[in-house]
Amino acid sequence: MKQTRSLLAAAAIGGLLTALVGCSPSGGGGGGGGGGGSAEHATNCTNKIVVKSAPTVTVWAWYPNMAKVVDNFNNAHKDVQACWRNAGAGGPEYDKFQTAVSAGKGAPDVVMLEADHLTNFEIQNALVDISKYGADKIKGNFSAGAWKDVSAGSAVYAAPIDGGPMAMIYRTDIFKKYGITTPPKTWAEYAADAAKVKAAGGPAFGDLGGNVPALMMALEIQKGAQPFVYDYSKNPKDISIKLNDQPSKDVLDYWAGLSQKGLVGKQDQFTTDYISGVVNGKYATYISAAWAPGYLTGAGVGKGTDKGKFATAPLPQWDPANPVSVNWGGSALAVTTQAHDKALAAKVAMGLYADDASLTDGWKTQTIFPLNQNVLKSSDFINAKIDFFGGQTANKDVYVPAENAYKGFVYPPFTVYYYAQLQNQLTAINGGKIGGAAAADALQATIVKYAKSQGFNVK
Amino acid sequence: MTHTATAVDTRGSATRAARTTTRRNPSQRRAARRQALIGWAFVLPFAVVFAVFLVAPLVYAFYLSLFTKGLATGTQFSLAGNYVQAFTDPAFLKGLWFVVRFVVVLIPVQMAVSLAAALVLDAITTRFARFARLTIFLPYAVPAVIGALMWGFLYSPIFGPTQQLAALVGANAPVLLGPDTIFGSLVNVVTWQWAGYYMIIIYAALQGVDATIYEAARIDGANAWQLAFRIKVPMVANSLVLILVFALIGTLQFFSEPQILRPIANGSITPDFTPNIYAYNVAFSYAQFNYASAISFALGFVVFLCVFVFLFFTRKRGSVFA
Repeated sequence: MKQTRSLLAAAAIGGLLTALVGCSPSGGGGGGGGGGGSAEHATNCTNKIVVKSAPTVTVWAWYPNMAKVVDNFNNAHKDVQACWRNAGAGGPEYDKFQTAVSAGKGAPDVVMLEADHLTNFEIQNALVDISKYGADKIKGNFSAGAWKDVSAGSAVYAAPIDGGPMAMIYRTDIFKKYGITTPPKTWAEYAADAAKVKAAGGPAFGDLGGNVPALMMALEIQKGAQPFVYDYSKNPKDISIKLNDQPSKDVLDYWAGLSQKGLVGKQDQFTTDYISGVVNGKYATYISAAWAPGYLTGAGVGKGTDKGKFATAPLPQWDPANPVSVNWGGSALAVTTQAHDKALAAKVAMGLYADDASLTDGWKTQTIFPLNQNVLKSSDFINAKIDFFGGQTANKDVYVPAENAYKGFVYPPFTVYYYAQLQNQLTAINGGKIGGAAAADALQATIVKYAKSQGFNVK
Repeated sequence: MTHTATAVDTRGSATRAARTTTRRNPSQRRAARRQALIGWAFVLPFAVVFAVFLVAPLVYAFYLSLFTKGLATGTQFSLAGNYVQAFTDPAFLKGLWFVVRFVVVLIPVQMAVSLAAALVLDAITTRFARFARLTIFLPYAVPAVIGALMWGFLYSPIFGPTQQLAALVGANAPVLLGPDTIFGSLVNVVTWQWAGYYMIIIYAALQGVDATIYEAARIDGANAWQLAFRIKVPMVANSLVLILVFALIGTLQFFSEPQILRPIANGSITPDFTPNIYAYNVAFSYAQFNYASAISFALGFVVFLCVFVFLFFTRKRGSVFA
């Protein structure tokens, strides 16, 4: 009797457990927002699925207005739905994606990556060449440089969304106070102005942040450095590394000089200390990209006493007769090899954040600087008076020409490691422990050694 | 200490029981076997968790550490190759050197602070003592991450109070997270966090000392200092060894505080700052899980070695781990 009762109880509990398991979401893997090879109907989405019967594609992305963008996409598509998750911005997301790639499961179908990290995942066979899924049809929407950043030879590994053509943001109040009537057009003028402000007891002219190695790489390339030659589509094992060529040394020496003379700050960027410095006028300029106004606004800059004190000018040049346009940051959507249905995933990667409503919301809220030429050529965008810059038509004057002149970079297949080592050197420079040229030599030795240990043929 | 004593007792009675069973009849033997099974059943929940979450990952990590994988190469079996690389890797050795120096400075400071606090609190018996005990212990109750964030604020040359203090004398705020000052700043954070906990351990041991001993000492003419250093400290030597081993293991595996302070340390905390941080970055940022496993085991080996050497030299005084 007693036994029967306990049996019954066991059966009841068993039934309950089965029911519970039955209720639990299938397909979408826990924190991952849907594993690779996920079910057709992922359920762990941050957004609402509009067409419940359509197959879903899981997406990781961190654009601040992503909720709107995903809704726009889902409302416009009956045959596919995007299931979006924010897996962290930049580094944290890469770490998660990297772990999923190493584990062989747990990656989303579509992942947001910055252009400089694509090669790193291409070589691990983590990304799908979307040229066979119709990438050529959207090629015409982008500048040559933007397209080069997401391609390897004829293969295309992501659909570009936003970019970071570089410029010089400056404080009009500081420039006025210290008698700088025209923004410096060359780096020589930049250094001269820096010295002038310092001599008059003014603030730092700019900042050499150790934690923004991507910025330094761009500045080196601007002077003609070619740090890496690498083509994943041709010889994935061959790489040429020249981190201590003359232009690289010159640029590092230039910044080491400014830093060690105290003409620019030594503060890591994207920190509260740095932002507070920007607000309080501790830096006369901010060498940065087109996304900077949006980022700064979000961080609370330009809203209080510093309202309307910012303006932007083209990036200073080494040779004003042959200006070079460079890029810092910007992201793209890539299809992962773990995607369940690659054609469908490619459709999402190329369609998400590509509709007019999303792009308009993106640039009007200054969330992104879009790369889509339909926007770059629209008069709304070109003639927009940017509040942050006190009504300056910054797109027309500075950013659109910079983007159109951008030729594209070549990134190494080990960006994270390269940036970490460059950061170490920049920190050493800021600490006054090493000069620019010596830092370049040390960096070259470290990276060559690493590349060899990873099995590359270094040329 | 009491724990060890009980453990020994149980073991003794168990052997005695085992010896007697051999001479018992079959039904008694069956009963004994059943009893043993019940015993195992009690251990089972722990054993399963232990095996699944500790032993299995360790075995798997060790297995991983025997292979090499480069970005441009496939996975190859390399036996001790990763270990040879680890012990010749300047990044790993640099981190190791840092934590060893950290141990040498931190542990004496921490011991001195916690011992002094415990002795003082043991000597006074006012209501203030209870309050002070709680206050000193409090930092331990603050999660390490929150503690590190808090210190990040206190150290900030722009937001922190150092700015105001420096302004009083008309100086610039010192950079407390710079390449040269980070060491001392971290010693400060860790001491603040852990001294209270160690203080409680020593204090508890002091409470366990028979008060008649103090009385005898006082009758023999011992003053307060002598009482503290000739009677109390030797009586709690076991606890001191215990906290030393805790501190040694914890410090060699230093991770949380520097990892939290890293984004605001202006590059002073590098990706290879301590061996644990290095292993973390090698695995999750550079995608070299095999090499990261080897680094972890290499660190584990060094920790084992240090603890072993330490216990060897203190074996007469401390009986806790002997």
